[in-house]
Amino acid sequence: MNTPPQTVASIRQVCKSFDNKQVLSNINIDLNQAEVLSILGPNGAGKTTLINTMLGRLSLDSGEISLFGHAPGSMSVKRQTGAMLQVSGLPDMSTIKEHITLFQSYYAHPMDYEQVMAFSGLKDIENQYSKTLSGGQKQRLLFALAICGHPKLLFLDEPTVGMDITARKSLWHAIQTLKAQGTSILLTTHYLEEADQLSDRIVMFNHGEIVREGTPEEIKSQINTKKIRFSSPLNIASFSTLKTVTKVSQISSSTDYYELESACAEKSMKEIFEKQLQVNNLTIIGAALEDAFEIINNEESTSSASE
Amino acid sequence: MKTIIDDKPNLLNIFILEAKTETMRLFRTPGFSIPTLLFPIMFYTFFGIVFSMNPTTMPTYLMITYAVFGVIGPALFSFGVGIAIERGQGWFDLKEVSPMPASAYIVSRISLTFIFASLIILFLFTIGATFGDVRLMRWQWISLALIFVLGSLPFCAIGMTLGLYLKANSAPATVNLIYLPMSFLSGLWLPINVLPEVMQQFANLLPPYHLAQLALKITNMDLGFPIALHLSVLAAYSLLFIFLAVKAYHKKDKQ
Repeated sequence: MNTPPQTVASIRQVCKSFDNKQVLSNINIDLNQAEVLSILGPNGAGKTTLINTMLGRLSLDSGEISLFGHAPGSMSVKRQTGAMLQVSGLPDMSTIKEHITLFQSYYAHPMDYEQVMAFSGLKDIENQYSKTLSGGQKQRLLFALAICGHPKLLFLDEPTVGMDITARKSLWHAIQTLKAQGTSILLTTHYLEEADQLSDRIVMFNHGEIVREGTPEEIKSQINTKKIRFSSPLNIASFSTLKTVTKVSQISSSTDYYELESACAEKSMKEIFEKQLQVNNLTIIGAALEDAFEIINNEESTSSASE
Repeated sequence: MKTIIDDKPNLLNIFILEAKTETMRLFRTPGFSIPTLLFPIMFYTFFGIVFSMNPTTMPTYLMITYAVFGVIGPALFSFGVGIAIERGQGWFDLKEVSPMPASAYIVSRISLTFIFASLIILFLFTIGATFGDVRLMRWQWISLALIFVLGSLPFCAIGMTLGLYLKANSAPATVNLIYLPMSFLSGLWLPINVLPEVMQQFANLLPPYHLAQLALKITNMDLGFPIALHLSVLAAYSLLFIFLAVKAYHKKDKQ
Protein backbone atom coordinates (compact mmCIF):
# COMPACT_ATOMS: atom_id res chain seq x y z
CA MET A 1 0.00 0.00 0.00
CA ASN A 2 1.41 3.37 -0.93
CA THR A 3 -1.11 5.58 0.84
CA PRO A 4 0.80 8.36 2.55
CA PRO A 5 0.19 8.17 6.30
CA GLN A 6 -1.33 11.61 6.62
CA THR A 7 -4.17 10.76 4.23
CA VAL A 8 -7.22 9.83 6.28
CA ALA A 9 -9.67 9.31 3.47
CA SER A 10 -9.13 8.79 -0.22
CA ILE A 11 -11.78 8.80 -2.89
CA ARG A 12 -10.70 7.46 -6.27
CA GLN A 13 -12.68 7.77 -9.48
CA VAL A 14 -15.98 7.30 -7.76
CA CYS A 15 -19.10 7.13 -9.91
CA LYS A 16 -22.63 6.68 -8.68
CA SER A 17 -25.97 6.93 -10.40
CA PHE A 18 -29.59 6.58 -9.34
CA ASP A 19 -32.12 5.49 -11.95
CA ASN A 20 -29.70 6.26 -14.80
CA LYS A 21 -29.09 9.73 -13.43
CA GLN A 22 -25.42 10.35 -12.77
CA VAL A 23 -25.15 11.74 -9.22
CA LEU A 24 -21.39 11.46 -8.79
CA SER A 25 -19.09 11.28 -11.77
CA ASN A 26 -15.42 10.52 -11.45
CA ILE A 27 -14.83 12.08 -8.05
CA ASN A 28 -11.27 12.16 -6.71
CA ILE A 29 -10.68 13.65 -3.27
CA ASP A 30 -8.06 13.16 -0.57
CA LEU A 31 -8.71 14.22 2.98
CA ASN A 32 -5.61 14.72 5.11
CA GLN A 33 -5.11 14.55 8.82
CA ALA A 34 -6.12 17.68 10.74
CA GLU A 35 -7.69 19.20 7.68
CA VAL A 36 -11.09 20.80 7.18
CA LEU A 37 -12.40 20.09 3.71
CA SER A 38 -15.65 21.75 2.65
CA ILE A 39 -17.88 20.51 -0.07
CA LEU A 40 -19.90 23.31 -1.56
CA GLY A 41 -22.58 23.15 -4.14
CA PRO A 42 -26.22 23.80 -4.90
CA ASN A 43 -28.95 21.37 -3.79
CA GLY A 44 -28.78 18.13 -5.72
CA ALA A 45 -25.11 18.63 -6.57
CA GLY A 46 -24.23 15.30 -4.94
CA LYS A 47 -22.82 16.48 -1.60
CA THR A 48 -24.95 14.27 0.64
CA THR A 49 -24.58 11.35 -1.76
CA LEU A 50 -20.82 11.62 -1.44
CA ILE A 51 -21.06 11.55 2.36
CA ASN A 52 -23.36 8.54 2.20
CA THR A 53 -20.91 6.63 0.02
CA MET A 54 -18.12 7.49 2.46
CA LEU A 55 -20.23 6.23 5.35
CA GLY A 56 -20.79 2.96 3.50
CA ARG A 57 -24.52 3.52 3.16
CA LEU A 58 -24.44 3.57 -0.63
CA SER A 59 -22.70 1.22 -2.97
CA LEU A 60 -20.42 2.53 -5.69
CA ASP A 61 -20.95 1.95 -9.41
CA SER A 62 -17.20 2.20 -9.85
CA GLY A 63 -14.18 3.60 -8.11
CA GLU A 64 -12.83 3.12 -4.63
CA ILE A 65 -13.14 4.77 -1.23
CA SER A 66 -10.75 4.04 1.58
CA LEU A 67 -10.88 5.42 5.12
CA PHE A 68 -7.84 4.75 7.31
CA GLY A 69 -7.00 2.11 4.72
CA HIS A 70 -10.30 0.27 5.25
CA ALA A 71 -13.56 0.01 3.33
CA PRO A 72 -16.30 2.45 4.33
CA GLY A 73 -18.93 1.17 6.75
CA SER A 74 -16.73 -1.38 8.49
CA MET A 75 -16.88 -1.43 12.27
CA SER A 76 -13.24 -0.48 12.74
CA VAL A 77 -13.80 2.60 10.58
CA LYS A 78 -17.00 3.50 12.41
CA ARG A 79 -15.12 3.47 15.71
CA GLN A 80 -12.80 6.21 14.37
CA THR A 81 -15.61 8.24 12.88
CA GLY A 82 -18.33 10.60 14.00
CA ALA A 83 -21.13 11.79 11.78
CA MET A 84 -23.68 14.54 11.89
CA LEU A 85 -26.38 13.79 9.35
CA GLN A 86 -29.51 15.65 8.42
CA VAL A 87 -31.89 14.21 10.99
CA SER A 88 -35.43 15.55 11.29
CA GLY A 89 -36.21 14.19 14.74
CA LEU A 90 -34.67 12.41 17.69
CA PRO A 91 -36.39 10.03 20.12
CA ASP A 92 -38.52 12.51 22.07
CA MET A 93 -38.43 11.30 25.63
CA SER A 94 -34.71 10.90 26.25
CA THR A 95 -32.64 13.67 27.78
CA ILE A 96 -29.62 15.27 26.16
CA LYS A 97 -27.43 13.62 28.79
CA GLU A 98 -28.91 10.16 28.13
CA HIS A 99 -28.41 10.51 24.38
CA ILE A 100 -24.79 11.57 24.76
CA THR A 101 -23.92 8.99 27.44
CA LEU A 102 -25.34 6.25 25.21
CA PHE A 103 -23.39 7.37 22.14
CA GLN A 104 -20.20 7.68 24.21
CA SER A 105 -20.57 4.02 25.19
CA TYR A 106 -20.15 3.01 21.53
CA TYR A 107 -16.53 4.19 21.62
CA ALA A 108 -13.60 2.71 23.52
CA HIS A 109 -12.07 6.09 24.36
CA PRO A 110 -14.87 8.65 24.25
CA MET A 111 -14.41 12.33 24.79
CA ASP A 112 -14.84 13.51 28.37
CA TYR A 113 -18.51 14.39 28.96
CA GLU A 114 -17.73 17.89 30.27
CA GLN A 115 -15.61 18.47 27.20
CA VAL A 116 -18.55 17.50 24.96
CA MET A 117 -20.70 19.95 26.92
CA ALA A 118 -18.12 22.69 26.45
CA PHE A 119 -17.94 22.11 22.69
CA SER A 120 -21.69 21.91 22.20
CA GLY A 121 -22.81 24.51 24.75
CA LEU A 122 -25.56 22.23 26.06
CA LYS A 123 -24.60 22.18 29.74
CA ASP A 124 -27.54 24.29 30.92
CA ILE A 125 -30.10 22.06 29.26
CA GLU A 126 -28.49 18.63 29.68
CA ASN A 127 -31.55 17.26 31.51
CA GLN A 128 -34.11 18.41 28.97
CA TYR A 129 -35.96 15.89 26.82
CA SER A 130 -35.09 16.16 23.15
CA LYS A 131 -38.79 16.80 22.51
CA THR A 132 -38.49 20.28 24.03
CA LEU A 133 -35.43 21.40 22.07
CA SER A 134 -35.48 24.11 19.43
CA GLY A 135 -34.14 23.43 15.93
CA GLY A 136 -30.80 24.98 16.76
CA GLN A 137 -30.50 23.07 20.04
CA LYS A 138 -31.23 19.80 18.22
CA GLN A 139 -28.43 20.61 15.78
CA ARG A 140 -26.08 21.19 18.71
CA LEU A 141 -27.09 17.85 20.21
CA LEU A 142 -26.43 16.11 16.89
CA PHE A 143 -23.03 17.81 16.80
CA ALA A 144 -22.37 16.60 20.35
CA LEU A 145 -23.28 13.03 19.31
CA ALA A 146 -20.91 13.27 16.35
CA ILE A 147 -17.92 14.39 18.44
CA CYS A 148 -18.57 12.53 21.72
CA GLY A 149 -16.53 9.51 20.64
CA HIS A 150 -13.46 11.65 20.01
CA PRO A 151 -13.37 10.61 16.37
CA LYS A 152 -10.35 11.02 14.13
CA LEU A 153 -12.64 11.71 11.21
CA LEU A 154 -15.75 13.84 11.48
CA PHE A 155 -18.51 14.15 8.87
CA LEU A 156 -20.69 17.21 9.19
CA ASP A 157 -23.56 17.39 6.72
CA GLU A 158 -25.00 20.92 6.82
CA PRO A 159 -24.15 21.32 10.51
CA THR A 160 -25.34 24.87 11.11
CA VAL A 161 -28.78 24.72 9.48
CA GLY A 162 -31.29 26.33 11.84
CA MET A 163 -28.65 27.74 14.19
CA ASP A 164 -28.58 31.37 15.18
CA ILE A 165 -25.39 33.32 14.64
CA THR A 166 -24.11 32.83 18.22
CA ALA A 167 -24.56 29.08 18.07
CA ARG A 168 -23.00 29.01 14.61
CA LYS A 169 -19.94 30.90 15.79
CA SER A 170 -19.46 28.61 18.79
CA LEU A 171 -19.72 25.58 16.51
CA TRP A 172 -17.10 27.11 14.21
CA HIS A 173 -14.89 27.57 17.23
CA ALA A 174 -15.42 23.92 18.20
CA ILE A 175 -14.51 22.79 14.67
CA GLN A 176 -11.32 24.85 14.71
CA THR A 177 -10.34 23.47 18.11
CA LEU A 178 -10.99 19.87 17.04
CA LYS A 179 -8.96 20.46 13.91
CA ALA A 180 -6.10 21.83 15.98
CA GLN A 181 -6.25 18.61 18.01
CA GLY A 182 -5.78 16.58 14.83
CA THR A 183 -9.32 15.71 13.76
CA SER A 184 -10.01 15.61 10.04
CA ILE A 185 -13.32 17.16 9.12
CA LEU A 186 -15.43 16.82 6.02
CA LEU A 187 -18.09 19.49 5.91
CA THR A 188 -20.90 20.22 3.53
CA THR A 189 -22.54 23.57 3.73
CA HIS A 190 -24.69 26.12 2.01
CA TYR A 191 -23.12 28.95 3.94
CA LEU A 192 -20.19 30.29 1.99
CA GLU A 193 -18.99 32.36 4.92
CA GLU A 194 -18.75 29.12 6.87
CA ALA A 195 -16.63 27.41 4.23
CA ASP A 196 -14.50 30.53 3.85
CA GLN A 197 -13.79 30.75 7.59
CA LEU A 198 -13.24 27.10 8.37
CA SER A 199 -11.83 25.33 5.36
CA ASP A 200 -8.31 24.47 4.48
CA ARG A 201 -9.62 23.36 1.13
CA ILE A 202 -12.87 23.73 -0.73
CA VAL A 203 -14.24 21.35 -3.32
CA MET A 204 -17.05 22.79 -5.38
CA PHE A 205 -19.63 20.40 -6.74
CA ASN A 206 -22.13 20.90 -9.48
CA HIS A 207 -24.17 18.21 -11.24
CA GLY A 208 -22.13 15.51 -9.49
CA GLU A 209 -18.80 16.79 -10.76
CA ILE A 210 -15.99 18.67 -9.11
CA VAL A 211 -15.93 22.06 -10.81
CA ARG A 212 -13.26 23.78 -8.69
CA GLU A 213 -10.88 22.75 -5.97
CA GLY A 214 -8.48 24.74 -3.85
CA THR A 215 -7.99 26.88 -0.78
CA PRO A 216 -10.62 29.56 -0.18
CA GLU A 217 -8.03 32.14 -1.35
CA GLU A 218 -7.29 30.21 -4.54
CA ILE A 219 -10.94 29.98 -5.41
CA LYS A 220 -11.55 33.62 -4.67
CA SER A 221 -8.50 34.65 -6.68
CA GLN A 222 -9.87 32.91 -9.75
CA ILE A 223 -12.41 35.67 -9.78
CA ASN A 224 -10.53 38.86 -10.49
CA THR A 225 -13.53 41.15 -10.29
CA LYS A 226 -13.23 43.93 -7.75
CA LYS A 227 -16.02 46.06 -6.39
CA ILE A 228 -15.70 49.84 -6.18
CA ARG A 229 -18.16 51.52 -3.84
CA PHE A 230 -18.65 55.23 -3.27
CA SER A 231 -21.24 57.92 -2.90
CA SER A 232 -21.61 60.64 -5.48
CA PRO A 233 -23.98 63.51 -6.23
CA LEU A 234 -23.77 62.57 -9.92
CA ASN A 235 -26.30 60.64 -11.96
CA ILE A 236 -25.81 56.90 -12.58
CA ALA A 237 -25.38 57.62 -16.30
CA SER A 238 -22.09 59.40 -15.60
CA PHE A 239 -20.57 56.09 -14.52
CA SER A 240 -22.16 53.82 -17.13
CA THR A 241 -19.93 55.37 -19.77
CA LEU A 242 -16.71 54.24 -18.07
CA LYS A 243 -14.93 51.80 -20.41
CA THR A 244 -13.26 49.57 -17.82
CA VAL A 245 -16.38 49.04 -15.75
CA THR A 246 -18.44 45.89 -16.37
CA LYS A 247 -21.44 46.65 -14.21
CA VAL A 248 -22.87 49.74 -12.54
CA SER A 249 -25.52 49.63 -9.88
CA GLN A 250 -27.08 52.04 -7.45
CA ILE A 251 -26.98 50.18 -4.13
CA SER A 252 -30.14 51.74 -2.77
CA SER A 253 -32.56 53.86 -4.74
CA SER A 254 -32.99 56.41 -1.95
CA THR A 255 -29.29 57.17 -1.56
CA ASP A 256 -26.60 58.25 -3.97
CA TYR A 257 -24.46 55.19 -3.23
CA TYR A 258 -23.06 53.29 -6.21
CA GLU A 259 -21.25 50.02 -6.80
CA LEU A 260 -19.11 49.38 -9.86
CA GLU A 261 -17.65 46.04 -10.85
CA SER A 262 -14.37 46.08 -12.63
CA ALA A 263 -11.82 43.56 -13.82
CA CYS A 264 -9.13 46.11 -13.14
CA ALA A 265 -9.93 48.51 -10.33
CA GLU A 266 -6.77 50.58 -10.89
CA LYS A 267 -7.72 51.42 -14.50
CA SER A 268 -11.28 52.24 -13.50
CA MET A 269 -10.07 54.59 -10.79
CA LYS A 270 -7.76 56.29 -13.26
CA GLU A 271 -10.69 56.77 -15.62
CA ILE A 272 -12.86 58.23 -12.86
CA PHE A 273 -10.18 60.71 -11.84
CA GLU A 274 -9.36 61.69 -15.44
CA LYS A 275 -13.03 62.45 -16.06
CA GLN A 276 -13.06 64.33 -12.78
CA LEU A 277 -16.17 62.56 -11.56
CA GLN A 278 -16.84 63.41 -7.94
CA VAL A 279 -16.69 60.38 -5.64
CA ASN A 280 -16.80 60.32 -1.85
CA ASN A 281 -16.47 57.56 0.78
CA LEU A 282 -14.55 55.35 -1.64
CA THR A 283 -13.92 51.65 -0.90
CA ILE A 284 -12.53 48.91 -3.11
CA ILE A 285 -13.10 45.28 -2.12
CA GLY A 286 -12.07 41.92 -3.54
CA ALA A 287 -14.56 39.24 -4.47
CA ALA A 288 -16.16 37.31 -1.66
CA LEU A 289 -16.40 33.54 -1.92
CA GLU A 290 -20.07 34.03 -2.60
CA ASP A 291 -19.31 35.95 -5.79
CA ALA A 292 -16.82 33.34 -6.87
CA PHE A 293 -19.39 30.67 -6.30
CA GLU A 294 -22.05 32.44 -8.29
CA ILE A 295 -19.75 33.14 -11.20
CA ILE A 296 -18.36 29.62 -11.33
CA ASN A 297 -21.81 28.09 -11.18
CA ASN A 298 -23.03 30.38 -13.94
CA GLU A 299 -20.04 29.43 -16.10
CA GLU A 300 -20.73 25.78 -15.48
CA SER A 301 -24.41 25.89 -16.26
CA THR A 302 -23.86 27.88 -19.45
CA SER A 303 -21.10 25.53 -20.58
CA SER A 304 -23.15 22.42 -19.78
CA ALA A 305 -26.19 23.95 -21.51
CA SER A 306 -24.16 24.56 -24.67
CA GLU A 307 -22.85 21.01 -24.82
CA MET B 1 -1.61 0.61 5.18
CA LYS B 2 -3.98 -0.21 7.97
CA THR B 3 -3.41 2.16 10.82
CA ILE B 4 -6.16 1.15 13.19
CA ILE B 5 -5.54 -0.23 16.62
CA ASP B 6 -8.81 -2.06 17.05
CA ASP B 7 -9.89 -0.80 20.44
CA LYS B 8 -13.25 -2.25 21.35
CA PRO B 9 -15.74 -0.69 23.71
CA ASN B 10 -17.40 -2.74 26.44
CA LEU B 11 -20.24 -4.59 24.71
CA LEU B 12 -22.14 -5.44 27.89
CA ASN B 13 -22.06 -1.79 28.92
CA ILE B 14 -23.56 -0.82 25.54
CA PHE B 15 -26.32 -3.44 25.89
CA ILE B 16 -27.25 -2.20 29.37
CA LEU B 17 -27.20 1.50 28.48
CA GLU B 18 -29.09 0.95 25.24
CA ALA B 19 -31.79 -1.10 26.99
CA LYS B 20 -32.02 1.35 29.87
CA THR B 21 -32.33 4.39 27.60
CA GLU B 22 -34.93 2.70 25.43
CA THR B 23 -37.00 1.44 28.38
CA MET B 24 -36.95 4.79 30.20
CA ARG B 25 -37.94 6.52 27.00
CA LEU B 26 -40.95 4.28 26.41
CA PHE B 27 -42.14 4.44 30.02
CA ARG B 28 -42.12 8.22 29.59
CA THR B 29 -44.13 7.93 26.37
CA PRO B 30 -47.75 7.54 27.52
CA GLY B 31 -48.87 6.85 23.94
CA PHE B 32 -46.88 3.62 24.11
CA SER B 33 -46.97 2.50 27.75
CA ILE B 34 -50.63 3.14 28.58
CA PRO B 35 -52.32 1.20 25.75
CA THR B 36 -49.70 -1.57 25.91
CA LEU B 37 -50.27 -2.16 29.62
CA LEU B 38 -53.91 -1.21 29.90
CA PHE B 39 -55.60 -2.95 26.98
CA PRO B 40 -54.90 -6.57 27.96
CA ILE B 41 -55.71 -5.82 31.61
CA MET B 42 -58.93 -4.01 30.73
CA PHE B 43 -60.12 -6.62 28.24
CA TYR B 44 -59.36 -9.47 30.63
CA THR B 45 -61.12 -7.79 33.56
CA PHE B 46 -64.09 -7.16 31.32
CA PHE B 47 -64.51 -10.43 29.43
CA GLY B 48 -62.68 -12.82 31.75
CA ILE B 49 -63.94 -11.66 35.12
CA VAL B 50 -66.94 -9.32 35.04
CA PHE B 51 -68.87 -10.79 32.11
CA SER B 52 -67.43 -14.26 32.28
CA MET B 53 -69.47 -16.83 30.35
CA ASN B 54 -68.36 -19.67 32.58
CA PRO B 55 -66.93 -18.70 35.98
CA THR B 56 -65.15 -22.03 36.55
CA THR B 57 -62.98 -22.19 33.39
CA MET B 58 -63.25 -18.81 31.65
CA PRO B 59 -61.09 -16.75 34.06
CA THR B 60 -58.20 -19.24 33.66
CA TYR B 61 -58.63 -19.72 29.90
CA LEU B 62 -58.85 -16.02 29.11
CA MET B 63 -56.06 -15.10 31.55
CA ILE B 64 -53.82 -17.24 29.36
CA THR B 65 -55.05 -15.96 26.01
CA TYR B 66 -55.05 -12.29 27.09
CA ALA B 67 -51.50 -12.75 28.37
CA VAL B 68 -50.57 -13.90 24.85
CA PHE B 69 -52.40 -10.87 23.47
CA GLY B 70 -50.56 -8.70 26.01
CA VAL B 71 -47.01 -9.85 25.25
CA ILE B 72 -47.44 -9.60 21.47
CA GLY B 73 -48.28 -5.89 21.78
CA PRO B 74 -44.96 -4.50 23.03
CA ALA B 75 -43.07 -6.82 20.65
CA LEU B 76 -44.92 -5.60 17.57
CA PHE B 77 -45.06 -1.94 18.59
CA SER B 78 -41.60 -1.35 20.06
CA PHE B 79 -40.00 -2.99 17.04
CA GLY B 80 -42.50 -2.29 14.28
CA VAL B 81 -43.60 1.26 14.99
CA GLY B 82 -40.40 2.27 16.79
CA ILE B 83 -38.06 1.36 13.96
CA ALA B 84 -40.36 2.76 11.26
CA ILE B 85 -40.52 6.15 13.00
CA GLU B 86 -36.78 6.28 13.67
CA ARG B 87 -36.15 5.44 10.02
CA GLY B 88 -38.50 8.23 8.95
CA GLN B 89 -36.66 10.76 11.10
CA GLY B 90 -33.22 9.74 9.90
CA TRP B 91 -32.36 8.78 13.49
CA PHE B 92 -32.05 5.12 12.54
CA ASP B 93 -29.52 6.12 9.86
CA LEU B 94 -27.47 8.00 12.42
CA LYS B 95 -27.45 4.92 14.66
CA GLU B 96 -26.51 2.79 11.67
CA VAL B 97 -23.45 4.88 10.82
CA SER B 98 -22.45 5.15 14.48
CA PRO B 99 -20.34 2.34 15.94
CA MET B 100 -23.38 0.96 17.75
CA PRO B 101 -23.35 -2.82 17.27
CA ALA B 102 -26.59 -3.86 15.51
CA SER B 103 -26.98 -6.51 18.20
CA ALA B 104 -27.32 -3.77 20.85
CA TYR B 105 -30.28 -2.29 19.04
CA ILE B 106 -32.01 -5.67 18.91
CA VAL B 107 -31.08 -6.79 22.43
CA SER B 108 -32.31 -3.49 23.89
CA ARG B 109 -35.71 -3.83 22.26
CA ILE B 110 -36.01 -7.48 23.23
CA SER B 111 -35.22 -6.57 26.86
CA LEU B 112 -37.79 -3.83 26.68
CA THR B 113 -40.38 -6.27 25.33
CA PHE B 114 -39.53 -8.69 28.14
CA ILE B 115 -39.96 -5.96 30.77
CA PHE B 116 -43.35 -4.89 29.44
CA ALA B 117 -44.38 -8.53 28.97
CA SER B 118 -43.43 -9.35 32.57
CA LEU B 119 -45.47 -6.43 33.89
CA ILE B 120 -48.51 -7.45 31.87
CA ILE B 121 -48.18 -11.07 33.03
CA LEU B 122 -47.84 -9.95 36.64
CA PHE B 123 -50.96 -7.78 36.44
CA LEU B 124 -53.03 -10.46 34.69
CA PHE B 125 -51.95 -13.20 37.12
CA THR B 126 -52.78 -10.97 40.09
CA ILE B 127 -56.20 -10.06 38.71
CA GLY B 128 -56.91 -13.68 37.77
CA ALA B 129 -55.90 -15.08 41.18
CA THR B 130 -57.59 -12.32 43.18
CA PHE B 131 -60.82 -11.64 41.32
CA GLY B 132 -61.21 -14.62 38.96
CA ASP B 133 -60.42 -17.28 41.53
CA VAL B 134 -57.78 -18.81 39.23
CA ARG B 135 -56.06 -21.64 41.11
CA LEU B 136 -52.92 -23.17 39.60
CA MET B 137 -49.93 -25.13 40.88
CA ARG B 138 -46.71 -23.22 41.29
CA TRP B 139 -45.04 -25.00 38.32
CA GLN B 140 -48.01 -24.01 36.19
CA TRP B 141 -47.68 -20.30 37.03
CA ILE B 142 -43.95 -20.42 36.33
CA SER B 143 -44.25 -22.38 33.08
CA LEU B 144 -46.94 -20.02 31.83
CA ALA B 145 -44.83 -16.95 32.62
CA LEU B 146 -41.84 -18.47 30.78
CA ILE B 147 -43.93 -19.41 27.75
CA PHE B 148 -45.35 -15.90 27.52
CA VAL B 149 -42.04 -14.08 27.88
CA LEU B 150 -40.14 -16.32 25.46
CA GLY B 151 -43.20 -16.52 23.22
CA SER B 152 -42.85 -12.81 22.49
CA LEU B 153 -39.66 -13.51 20.51
CA PRO B 154 -41.25 -14.56 17.19
CA PHE B 155 -43.31 -11.37 17.36
CA CYS B 156 -40.16 -9.33 17.92
CA ALA B 157 -38.89 -10.76 14.62
CA ILE B 158 -42.19 -9.94 12.88
CA GLY B 159 -42.13 -6.44 14.38
CA MET B 160 -38.55 -5.87 13.26
CA THR B 161 -39.41 -6.76 9.68
CA LEU B 162 -42.49 -4.53 9.73
CA GLY B 163 -40.38 -1.69 11.14
CA LEU B 164 -37.81 -2.03 8.39
CA TYR B 165 -40.36 -2.12 5.57
CA LEU B 166 -43.20 0.17 6.70
CA LYS B 167 -43.29 3.93 6.29
CA ALA B 168 -43.28 6.01 9.50
CA ASN B 169 -46.69 7.61 9.03
CA SER B 170 -48.54 4.42 8.14
CA ALA B 171 -46.76 2.10 10.59
CA PRO B 172 -49.00 2.56 13.69
CA ALA B 173 -52.18 1.92 11.69
CA THR B 174 -50.70 -1.00 9.77
CA VAL B 175 -49.36 -2.68 12.91
CA ASN B 176 -52.78 -2.30 14.57
CA LEU B 177 -54.43 -3.72 11.47
CA ILE B 178 -52.26 -6.79 11.82
CA TYR B 179 -52.25 -7.04 15.62
CA LEU B 180 -55.96 -6.74 16.41
CA PRO B 181 -57.53 -8.98 13.71
CA MET B 182 -54.73 -11.54 14.13
CA SER B 183 -55.41 -11.66 17.88
CA PHE B 184 -59.14 -12.12 17.42
CA LEU B 185 -58.73 -14.76 14.69
CA SER B 186 -56.22 -16.66 16.84
CA GLY B 187 -58.81 -16.99 19.59
CA LEU B 188 -57.16 -14.65 22.06
CA TRP B 189 -60.29 -12.60 22.78
CA LEU B 190 -62.84 -15.39 22.66
CA PRO B 191 -62.06 -19.10 23.02
CA ILE B 192 -61.08 -20.58 19.66
CA ASN B 193 -63.78 -23.29 19.82
CA VAL B 194 -66.62 -20.73 19.84
CA LEU B 195 -65.38 -19.41 16.47
CA PRO B 196 -66.87 -20.92 13.28
CA GLU B 197 -65.13 -23.99 11.85
CA VAL B 198 -63.61 -22.07 8.88
CA MET B 199 -62.03 -19.56 11.21
CA GLN B 200 -60.63 -22.31 13.41
CA GLN B 201 -58.97 -23.80 10.30
CA PHE B 202 -57.58 -20.41 9.33
CA ALA B 203 -56.17 -19.91 12.85
CA ASN B 204 -53.65 -22.67 12.07
CA LEU B 205 -51.79 -20.14 9.91
CA LEU B 206 -51.49 -17.57 12.68
CA PRO B 207 -48.57 -17.61 15.13
CA PRO B 208 -50.53 -16.24 18.17
CA TYR B 209 -52.87 -19.22 17.91
CA HIS B 210 -49.93 -21.60 18.26
CA LEU B 211 -48.44 -19.69 21.18
CA ALA B 212 -51.84 -19.70 22.94
CA GLN B 213 -52.25 -23.45 22.33
CA LEU B 214 -48.81 -24.11 23.84
CA ALA B 215 -49.72 -22.13 26.95
CA LEU B 216 -53.16 -23.70 27.23
CA LYS B 217 -51.49 -27.13 27.34
CA ILE B 218 -50.23 -26.23 30.82
CA THR B 219 -53.82 -26.20 32.11
CA ASN B 220 -55.09 -28.92 29.76
CA MET B 221 -57.33 -26.45 27.96
CA ASP B 222 -55.80 -26.74 24.49
CA LEU B 223 -57.32 -28.39 21.44
CA GLY B 224 -54.94 -31.35 21.76
CA PHE B 225 -52.53 -30.89 18.85
CA PRO B 226 -48.87 -31.90 19.37
CA ILE B 227 -46.42 -29.50 20.98
CA ALA B 228 -44.02 -30.10 18.10
CA LEU B 229 -46.53 -28.66 15.62
CA HIS B 230 -46.95 -25.42 17.60
CA LEU B 231 -43.23 -25.06 18.20
CA SER B 232 -42.33 -25.65 14.57
CA VAL B 233 -44.85 -23.11 13.28
CA LEU B 234 -43.49 -20.50 15.73
CA ALA B 235 -39.92 -21.36 14.78
CA ALA B 236 -40.75 -21.17 11.07
CA TYR B 237 -42.29 -17.71 11.46
CA SER B 238 -39.28 -16.54 13.48
CA LEU B 239 -36.78 -17.75 10.88
CA LEU B 240 -38.75 -16.31 7.98
CA PHE B 241 -39.02 -12.87 9.55
CA ILE B 242 -35.43 -12.80 10.82
CA PHE B 243 -34.37 -13.58 7.25
CA LEU B 244 -36.56 -10.77 5.85
CA ALA B 245 -35.30 -8.32 8.48
CA VAL B 246 -31.65 -9.12 7.84
CA LYS B 247 -32.26 -8.74 4.13
CA ALA B 248 -33.90 -5.34 4.59
CA TYR B 249 -31.20 -4.17 7.01
CA HIS B 250 -28.30 -5.07 4.77
CA LYS B 251 -29.86 -3.68 1.64
CA LYS B 252 -27.70 -0.77 0.54
CA ASP B 253 -28.91 2.24 -1.40
CA LYS B 254 -32.15 2.38 0.57
CA GLN B 255 -33.67 5.78 0.07
